[in-house]
Amino acid sequence: MIVSLNWLSDLLGRDLAADDVAERLAMLGAPVEGREELRPQLDGVVVGLVERAEKHPNADRLTLCQVNNGREVVEVVCGAPVVKPGAKYPYAPEGTVLPGGLRLEARKIRGVVSHGMLCSARELELGTEHEGIMEIRTDAPPGTRLLDAFPLEDTRLELEVTANRPDLLCHKGVARELSVVYGVPVKLPAIPNAPRGDGGAPRRVKQTGAVGGVDVSIEDVEGCPRYMAAVIRGVQIGPSPTWLEARLRAIGARPINNVVDATNYVLYELNQPLHAFDLATVRGNKIVVRRAAPGEQMTTLDGETRELTPEMTMICDGEGPTAIGGVMGGATSEVSEGTTDVLLECAYFDPPRIRQTRQALKMTTEASYRFERGTDYEAMPDALRRAVQLIRAVAGGAEPEPPIDVYPKPFKARTVVLRPERVAHVLGMPVTREEIERILVGLGFPVAPKGAKLHVQVPGWRPDVTREIDLIEEVARVRGYDTFPTELLPFRTSVVPDDPIEPLRAAIRRVMTGMGLHEARSLSLTGAGGEGAWRVLNPLSAEDAYLRADLLAGLVRSAERNWAVRERDIRLFETGRVFHDVGEARPREMQRLAGVISGERMPPHWTAQGKSPDYDVWDVKAMFEEAVRVAGPEGVVVEADGGWELVDGDGARHGWAGALAADRPPWAAQLYGFEVEVEVRDRPHPLHQPLPTTPPVERDIALVLPEGVSAVAVEEVMGEAGGALLVATRVFDEYRGDEMVGRSVAWRLVFRAPDRTLRDREADEALDAVLTALKERLGVERRQA
Amino acid sequence: MPQTPAHQEQLDAVAHAVDRASRADAATLAQLKTEILGRKAGTLTLILRSLAGLPSEERRAIGARANQLKRALEEAIAQRELALQQEARAPKALDWTMPSRPVWRGAVHPVNAVTDEICEVFRTLGFTRVTGPEAETEDYNFTKLNIGLDHPAADEHDTFYLGPGVLLRTHTSPMQARVMEQYQPPIRIVVPGRVYRRDAFDPSHSPVFEQIEGLAVDEGISFVDFKAAIDTFVKLFFSRDTAVRFRPSFFPFTEPSAEVDAQCQMCRGSGCSTCKQTGWLEIMGAGMVHPAVFENCGIDPERYTGYAFGMGVERIAMLRHGIPDIRLLWENDMRLLSQFSE
Ligand SMILES: [Zn+2]
Repeated sequence: MIVSLNWLSDLLGRDLAADDVAERLAMLGAPVEGREELRPQLDGVVVGLVERAEKHPNADRLTLCQVNNGREVVEVVCGAPVVKPGAKYPYAPEGTVLPGGLRLEARKIRGVVSHGMLCSARELELGTEHEGIMEIRTDAPPGTRLLDAFPLEDTRLELEVTANRPDLLCHKGVARELSVVYGVPVKLPAIPNAPRGDGGAPRRVKQTGAVGGVDVSIEDVEGCPRYMAAVIRGVQIGPSPTWLEARLRAIGARPINNVVDATNYVLYELNQPLHAFDLATVRGNKIVVRRAAPGEQMTTLDGETRELTPEMTMICDGEGPTAIGGVMGGATSEVSEGTTDVLLECAYFDPPRIRQTRQALKMTTEASYRFERGTDYEAMPDALRRAVQLIRAVAGGAEPEPPIDVYPKPFKARTVVLRPERVAHVLGMPVTREEIERILVGLGFPVAPKGAKLHVQVPGWRPDVTREIDLIEEVARVRGYDTFPTELLPFRTSVVPDDPIEPLRAAIRRVMTGMGLHEARSLSLTGAGGEGAWRVLNPLSAEDAYLRADLLAGLVRSAERNWAVRERDIRLFETGRVFHDVGEARPREMQRLAGVISGERMPPHWTAQGKSPDYDVWDVKAMFEEAVRVAGPEGVVVEADGGWELVDGDGARHGWAGALAADRPPWAAQLYGFEVEVEVRDRPHPLHQPLPTTPPVERDIALVLPEGVSAVAVEEVMGEAGGALLVATRVFDEYRGDEMVGRSVAWRLVFRAPDRTLRDREADEALDAVLTALKERLGVERRQA
Repeated sequence: MPQTPAHQEQLDAVAHAVDRASRADAATLAQLKTEILGRKAGTLTLILRSLAGLPSEERRAIGARANQLKRALEEAIAQRELALQQEARAPKALDWTMPSRPVWRGAVHPVNAVTDEICEVFRTLGFTRVTGPEAETEDYNFTKLNIGLDHPAADEHDTFYLGPGVLLRTHTSPMQARVMEQYQPPIRIVVPGRVYRRDAFDPSHSPVFEQIEGLAVDEGISFVDFKAAIDTFVKLFFSRDTAVRFRPSFFPFTEPSAEVDAQCQMCRGSGCSTCKQTGWLEIMGAGMVHPAVFENCGIDPERYTGYAFGMGVERIAMLRHGIPDIRLLWENDMRLLSQFSE
């Protein structure tokens, strides 16, 4: 919502300072988001009166004007299509510097010297119109400083108005807020040249009535609970007077013509959208407010043909729709230059219905924006009276007959009961009854004490106030949030237990960063569908059409992005949710942990000639095992196609690791990755194992493993055959040679007796048992030296 | 005739020299060599030479000891000489300014680091940490939170839909309702998690972002408690001297509602480009829990009161680290992430 500081100042009858207004509005809940100083640099520009205008002797499209600048009459060449003798225009004499920086000099145009220029609004940066020069209607004599003749200096404030406060969408509403903090009343400024007589009090009817020979009736009472209309005859359409145009321009609205400008003025002053129909286009002298018929169509003001539905409230004449109620007028019924008689509509439309309508039509107008948030149905007669006065002041017209007020089921005044002790209870600080009353009355809420309670009447402009807490907020808001202390008081501890997933994720981060991996965050929306992926019904683009079903795909893309910026060393992990379609109403959400690595295993160092071996499958296997250990479900890591997987007792797969396919530049190293399901389960604190007190005996053996015999199988047999004395086995070498069948793998076996020093002979016996078992069960023999 | 006691004394002196050799400098070593091992007049040489004139029993005893001491001294001198050589060479051989052998250092993502830190601060204020579903229902995301879909307030939640009445949560607030339905107060929780809005990417918007919700419900919790908790959080998270400002605002699920501003950390409130010259940075939306939300969740609004808050984590991380564009937080660029190692 854009407001003019001048306009607010007029309503409050005092000069307001922009800084102070901005600060106070922020602390009342309507912060100023933008601020623009309207300070046109027009020092040299004066009011010029065109005394004579004739065609330029040497150019058809130029006009030669005799301009009275207050001191003398000078000759000015003008390129505008129309220059009216007797009219006043902004005149910039030689030597003036225009806002754009152009310095005017006397110069010859097609053989005639032009002394200065007549200016368009655009040349003065007062507007965008550049078609013609800017005519000024003013009583000021020629030579008057333009800024003195024309109120152009103002401050434009852009307010952020929350969805619950339609009353702040107009100057009166904003002024009302300020009036409480400044302690001054709000008074509507007088309308210059307002005629006497306002047509008298409206005539209230139940369902149908007539005004100015037009029958007005409401059939869609739900969509339009109240409809008022006035008929003004004998108006003359033309440009608005300067003060009105300036006021609209100050808030960034474009002047159109006097009647439309008048309705817009009332809109921005009182938040009551009005619609002016050209009475001549109202067919059958009839206005009917009804639901649209299914399939009905209509061409709106913007030239579009719109498909209508029964949820829309239509304003119809004797033959059909002329406007979409509360949203937009029709193309045919608009006020235009030839209009003499005007039917002025002032209505209240049901907010949810307006919302449905504008959503269906995909258009928002100044009117629909306000009706959707709720306008003041109580203030309609005042708004209509002010609009009639204003139209007659700026466009003429005879005194109209009293407006018609079709109001089938008048709304009941809303009363909310407020308990002063509840105010103290919620706010944590006593607020006196007097202060509560002062604040509420100041905001326009009449207060009537009923015993210990207050009966508070809600004014029509505050549709957001429906219960006690709303009034408590008003008290806190106007009193000022900063008047409440910030003292920390005792509190009871939460009964809600911590979600164990969060400490688990923290443990994952410690383990993964400890291995040198950086934590990644990938979008959970992805363009990659695939089996089990859940589709988003209304994605922004194909890039976010699915919920991610795994983490690795995102990490592979991250690796590719790193390669694209020539980063060769990639170490990333991520822990987060994936989503699977399991045939239920909602996707199943599961926590996962994944990682990718590529490039150097260690940072290169000069002691190794700046070279470090690249990561290989054994690195990713280690990371996978770490991931499984810290976060995975119970299971074993087994060999699987091109890598490993984690399988549980039922053979179900819960994780995978191995080499990854990726869009890899030739200089990049192989990419490896792993992904494992994260399972919250009891991970008991480790129990202390007594440290050994006896020395170990170690034996290194090289074994020949025939094709098909795995290291795990060998270690399994070792474990069984080695008995209690064998406490550890560790592979320390592998050799494959052309001269041998299979491969040679070397192990170190560690033997120890917990209670005594093991003798060599005992260790050798245990080793023999191991070797015998290996030979018998796996055909594995000791390698001959 | 040499006397046996004299031999003993000399041999004791040699034993002492063995001990001295292990600590001696180069000059002393040379002196010891000449004095004791010298071929012409070395003490040991003379002793050994004189053995011939002794009775055989004595000759064996003294000879054995002399030879043993000779070996010990020779070894001690050799070891000490080697050590002195190494000592002399070492400082010259190493340039101690050469770079050390580095290790890969992993970093926690700045958004997650900030999330953890915020939750930890609230833990000191008695808040436990819970999580909730990202795929939510309209009921929890809107209706129970007093957000009418027929009210313009719903327009601020541009929503991704997953199915009829099922959506990606637009805020972490649905967990307020889920927790209140499950537990009776006292409730104090924070809820970190991803939320979704149908906003196109720009420097400050992302369709997916991290939010932290907070909720405190108990008997007698007031606006003063609310202000105090938030004020304490800001001071613990940013710094003790950070000013905090509460401005009235509107959220359908809180009343009174507030926007919370923290004093700009860049300019300390004097105005800069980060705070758009205001001196303040908006850090969260908050307020007292609306009685309608209590009613929707089966909690007696007359007996219980409470407050709730919600904040965007990316924004706070960006402010803290001076990150200019939210998209950088999604790129997983190694060069960026490595800047956040602990
Ligand atoms: Zn700043």
